Amino acid sequence: MTRSLVSVPPTARRGEIVDIRAMIAHPMETGYRMGPNGAEIPRHIITRLVCTYGGAEVFSAEFFPAVSANPFVAFSLIAAESGTVAFEWTDDEGQTETASAEIVVS
Amino acid sequence: MTERTIREPTIREPIALEPAGGPSLGRRAVLAGGVGILVMALPLRALARPSLEQAVAGFTGGAPVNAGRVRLTVPPLVENGNAVGVTVEVESPMSEAAFVRRIGLFNEKNPQADVAIFRLGPRNGRARISTRIRLATSQTVLAVAELSDGTYWSSEANVIVTLAACIEDLS
Amino acid sequence: MRRPAARLLVLAPLALALLAGAAQAGDIAPHERRSGSTFMAPETQAMQADDTGNPGMLWVLQGAGLWEQKAGASGRSCADCHGSAASLRGVAARYPAFDAASGKPIDLSGRIRQCRSERQGATPWPRESDEQLALTTFVAHQSRGLPITPPAEPRLDPYRETGRQLFTSRMGQLDLSCANCHDDNWNQRLAGSAVTQAHPTGYPLYRLEWQGIGSLQRRLRNCMIGVRAEPFAAGSEEFIALELYLMQRAAGMSMETPGVRP
Repeated sequence: MTRSLVSVPPTARRGEIVDIRAMIAHPMETGYRMGPNGAEIPRHIITRLVCTYGGAEVFSAEFFPAVSANPFVAFSLIAAESGTVAFEWTDDEGQTETASAEIVVS
Repeated sequence: MTERTIREPTIREPIALEPAGGPSLGRRAVLAGGVGILVMALPLRALARPSLEQAVAGFTGGAPVNAGRVRLTVPPLVENGNAVGVTVEVESPMSEAAFVRRIGLFNEKNPQADVAIFRLGPRNGRARISTRIRLATSQTVLAVAELSDGTYWSSEANVIVTLAACIEDLS
Repeated sequence: MRRPAARLLVLAPLALALLAGAAQAGDIAPHERRSGSTFMAPETQAMQADDTGNPGMLWVLQGAGLWEQKAGASGRSCADCHGSAASLRGVAARYPAFDAASGKPIDLSGRIRQCRSERQGATPWPRESDEQLALTTFVAHQSRGLPITPPAEPRLDPYRETGRQLFTSRMGQLDLSCANCHDDNWNQRLAGSAVTQAHPTGYPLYRLEWQGIGSLQRRLRNCMIGVRAEPFAAGSEEFIALELYLMQRAAGMSMETPGVRP
């Protein structure tokens, strides 16, 4: 089930700089906390986010435990051509989650 | 006060909390109540962490870091350290010839110095990123930008993290 | 007026903060009512206001999926009976409601759990589970911007009165009532935090302290632990009575679900 929210403007003028936002539901468990029984809660974080536009990588991020739960990232892109803006998050267990949005450039 | 009397248990104090910006009696009271214990659980592990300078050296490979060109925006006082909004903007034309390659975010007093590393390029058009970070306590946050010419630039900010007055559980 | 410190040591922490002269007591005047969101830092307000950055929207999105998902022996989804989410506009603003079958009030989460077991023939999700919160948040989100409108149902009145009594009863080792802080001292601060008026405008809401979304009952439990009282059980009549009183007290204020709070 989709637990991520990406914001890409549906349309843009060619050459325009557009704002991109991406957020995903994830506990980002730091590995520094203890549960009620005193046992350490193991680290479980998203370590990487990659964004591609028209198939080419345009932005990436490497996360450490100090990134908040439900990680949020905003950045910008030059609207060059119509195409897919795709996101892929990878956690430290190797699980991936993807999301994408289309942008129409005129 | 020279005279002390034993208060009768049935008398109740009139209620009034400290006014905004007033003396920090409330904060001490809350610390005594257990929030301090939760926070203090962190530093034991934190002893092993690299310093802010060591973390930055790991990012730059030991290259010198200049002050300037980077604008780090973070609220000076935050209500909760679990999600502190941070924006980093770097002065750069973001052209094929001159762009920002990476932006690293670091902290001074969390158990780990690294926060996040962002990789950018000319196709971003603008060298600006925002995210939300965790700050375990009041401390310095540092942003370092690596430019395509191999130079490093940085900016830092001090953040005061207030403690939540109400915690969920005492366990 | 400050008392000798030695005496304070025997008092529990919250009471320490409550020493100076008395503030106003009694109900908040209607024109002075303010949602908890108005007490927040501008950054936290901005986080709530922007749907692309409000983390609570992740649960709204999950709830939208669950709304369409067939479940249980009936093989039916919520949408199969209720139709589109638009049919839910205003519903959450009227809860808790009177449940004729049991002859008792029921809160929105309880109604969803009841629907799931009796109509869908599925096992209800635990109250604070991701799924239950997601569906409840999705339903409550449909009423965002609408005024809280408690039903004029006389059979709810005795429970509202129970809720009012609970709100004004001192409890716990700190011997404080909800009203001591939230009616009488809402314009003060407790350490760095605003006390607020305790209006349930944003629930279920994303609390930065929780790093996730939670129900009004979780928040009430949190407060009871804060005054060192034994919390009522989840879904208990006491909590629902408190919810009824709080919604009555906030009648006319706008729903904000999913709210964001520090």
